[in-house]
Amino acid sequence: MIRPEADTLLEIVDLQARVEDKPILKGVNLTIKAGEIHAVMGRNGSGKSTLSKVLAGHPAYTVTGGSVRYRGADLLDLEPEQRARLGLFLGFQYPVEIPGVSNLEFLRVSTNARRMEKGEEELDTFAFEDLVRERLQVVQMDPAFLERSVNEGFSGGEKKRNEILQMALLDPLVAILDETDSGLDIDALRIVAGGVNHLASPDNATLLITHYQRLLDVITPDYVHVMAGGRILRTGGKELALELEDRGYDWVDQELAVLEVA
Amino acid sequence: MSSSTSVGDLVSQPYKYGFVTDIETDKIDKGLSEDVVRLISSKKGEPQFLLDFRLRAYQQWLRMEEPNWAAVGHPVIDYQEMIYYAAPRQQEKKASLDEVDPKLLETFDKLGIPLSEQKRLSNVAVDAVFDSVSIATTYREKLAEHGVIFCSISEAVKDHPELIERYLGTVVPSKDNFFAALNSAVFSDGSFVFIPKGVDCPMELSTYFRINSGDTGQFERTLIVAEEGASVSYLEGCTAPMFDTNQLHAAVVELVALDDASIKYSTVQNWYAGDENGVGGIYNFVTKRGHCRGDRSHISWTQVETGSAITWKYPSCVLQGAHSVGEFYSVALTNNRQQADTGTKMIHVGPHTRSTIVSKGISAGHSSNSYRGLVQIGPKARGARNYSQCDSMLIGDQAAANTYPYIRSQQPEASVEHEASTCRISADQLFYLQSRGIGFEEAVSMMVSGFCRDVFNQLPMEFAAEADKLLALKLEGSVG
Ligand SMILES: Nc1ncnc2c1ncn2[C@@H]1O[C@H](COP(=O)(O)OP(=O)(O)O)[C@@H](O)[C@H]1O
Ligand SMILES: [Mg+2]
Repeated sequence: MIRPEADTLLEIVDLQARVEDKPILKGVNLTIKAGEIHAVMGRNGSGKSTLSKVLAGHPAYTVTGGSVRYRGADLLDLEPEQRARLGLFLGFQYPVEIPGVSNLEFLRVSTNARRMEKGEEELDTFAFEDLVRERLQVVQMDPAFLERSVNEGFSGGEKKRNEILQMALLDPLVAILDETDSGLDIDALRIVAGGVNHLASPDNATLLITHYQRLLDVITPDYVHVMAGGRILRTGGKELALELEDRGYDWVDQELAVLEVA
Repeated sequence: MSSSTSVGDLVSQPYKYGFVTDIETDKIDKGLSEDVVRLISSKKGEPQFLLDFRLRAYQQWLRMEEPNWAAVGHPVIDYQEMIYYAAPRQQEKKASLDEVDPKLLETFDKLGIPLSEQKRLSNVAVDAVFDSVSIATTYREKLAEHGVIFCSISEAVKDHPELIERYLGTVVPSKDNFFAALNSAVFSDGSFVFIPKGVDCPMELSTYFRINSGDTGQFERTLIVAEEGASVSYLEGCTAPMFDTNQLHAAVVELVALDDASIKYSTVQNWYAGDENGVGGIYNFVTKRGHCRGDRSHISWTQVETGSAITWKYPSCVLQGAHSVGEFYSVALTNNRQQADTGTKMIHVGPHTRSTIVSKGISAGHSSNSYRGLVQIGPKARGARNYSQCDSMLIGDQAAANTYPYIRSQQPEASVEHEASTCRISADQLFYLQSRGIGFEEAVSMMVSGFCRDVFNQLPMEFAAEADKLLALKLEGSVG
């Protein structure tokens, strides 16, 4: 929902980043206000995951220029765990498996880290069990997954649901979901999308990274951005996604080629 | 990578127990000879059988060579440069704690092992050994009411010579190996535990070993006997000051379990490990062995090895009694330049004997961590079964992990299962946890304790949390 008077949550200005010596983000501009749903689309390799990881603070990426303000603070100055505690959430395209670490314990520790930052009381194991069982319903996940190690042996779809479960527990202000829809069958997609819609509110914002229109059929974006060559090339409303579906990405490539020659 | 999140940056915290207690000690001159062996025995007022035991071991030692098959390296040890007896100058072991030198009590207080009546742990009896001499044993009277003997081995030699003569050296013969022979010749003190027939020891027993001197070798001797149907859980802990020289610690531990007896022996080893460049630290060359002598007897070793410059130890079980059970649960953590070559031997002699081995090696820094284990199934061990699981975790990219599992079976029908795995804590795993609000160090410690859970679950409850904290501390960095 677009409201001109809403608070700005995230303000990305001319963001540039490289991995090792390879420049990947070449000047990204994006402003996200409370209540908004943004979609970022683009070909493989255009830099979408890089953008999300830079925002979350992955150590492999070095910011070489630009700035990111998160609710008025300098986001790039914060450790990854601090960003998370302050309400920035990244749903990973490829969630890693962490053998030996209990999913339930992991969820409890992270939920408490976020709660403490918000000034809420820490939940003991019993109180947390109650909360987690309630939130499991958002993603229709089997409680058996709580007893396993984090993501270990989960199918692709189960991992994605576990990501949304974490989102439901951490109550983020800005949730970045990196291809949460890929690898999901129609039912799983509907569940995951239902979860995202359920969690969206006038106070928070969602940034969906996706290839496919099919996610945007169930979650209606306020803005659609097209990313190419480490930049946001074009921004429009939800009709831009339909145009991409119709015309493909060739015209994006052509525009990018013009830009890179200039 | 930003400095605060580099996995390779994990450096252990300064060693907390590195202080030296300033106390007068009674030391003999350095060097080893038959006269030195006689002198140690006479200082301790030992009976003839024990002097003979020592002299025999000394002669055997002279003919033996230091083993060199372990995957560890160190400069040549000069056995004539070492002192073989040092004791805090205190005439007799005191009957009451009030008479013990307050400096010693203070030392143990500082180590978190309060001995005084008011502060001591309520359900754990402690034998406190300072530079190889036992200075106090708590709850002796209460244990005596149950017929349990818990005292220093020197006292046991005086008060229960028949038990010592019957059991000492029957599990680890003095000629077993170079360090066992050396220990048998010069051992100074250690703990003695005797649980009589049918008694379930009413509390945890624990010995805390503290090395204080910089130039003294440490040769403790521990003997635990559980008679028919008896059971006991025993824990040993250890620390040492920081010196830039190396101290040799060559202990021998013998366990004897008769029919239906059960002994659970846990170790949390945190000797000084040397600095980050590998200067100083303890050489921990220890022989530990349990003998399941009786049918259906049960011996379980649990060890958490975090300290020492070099660790060389293989707590083993000889499974002689029919249906006897041996277990080995180990976490060995090495960091900086530490070297560990540790594992176990399960010697299946009797029929239907069972053994379980769970080894977790964690290597960080430039350290090297090897598991070495032997499962031997003898011709009479019908229906014997073994299950081994050896997992290694690497932190950073400079550390090494090896496993050397040896299996020798003379029983075609025995079942021997071995599983092994190696994993590395990856930057992506750490980032994942961090991106959920979990700090870097807590993230590492979550992963490490998850990795060790199967072993920590075996520790007595009072110590499981301690062990968790200790590992976290060992890995906690000057990160950030
Ligand atoms: N850790 C990395 N190491 C090397 N190259 C990387 C790394 N991460 C991303 N890249 C490169 O950066 C470019 C953008 O990748 P990515 O951000 O994953 O794109 P997208 O998510 O849009 O498919 C690609 O060329 C990819 O190969
Ligand atoms: Mg991607």
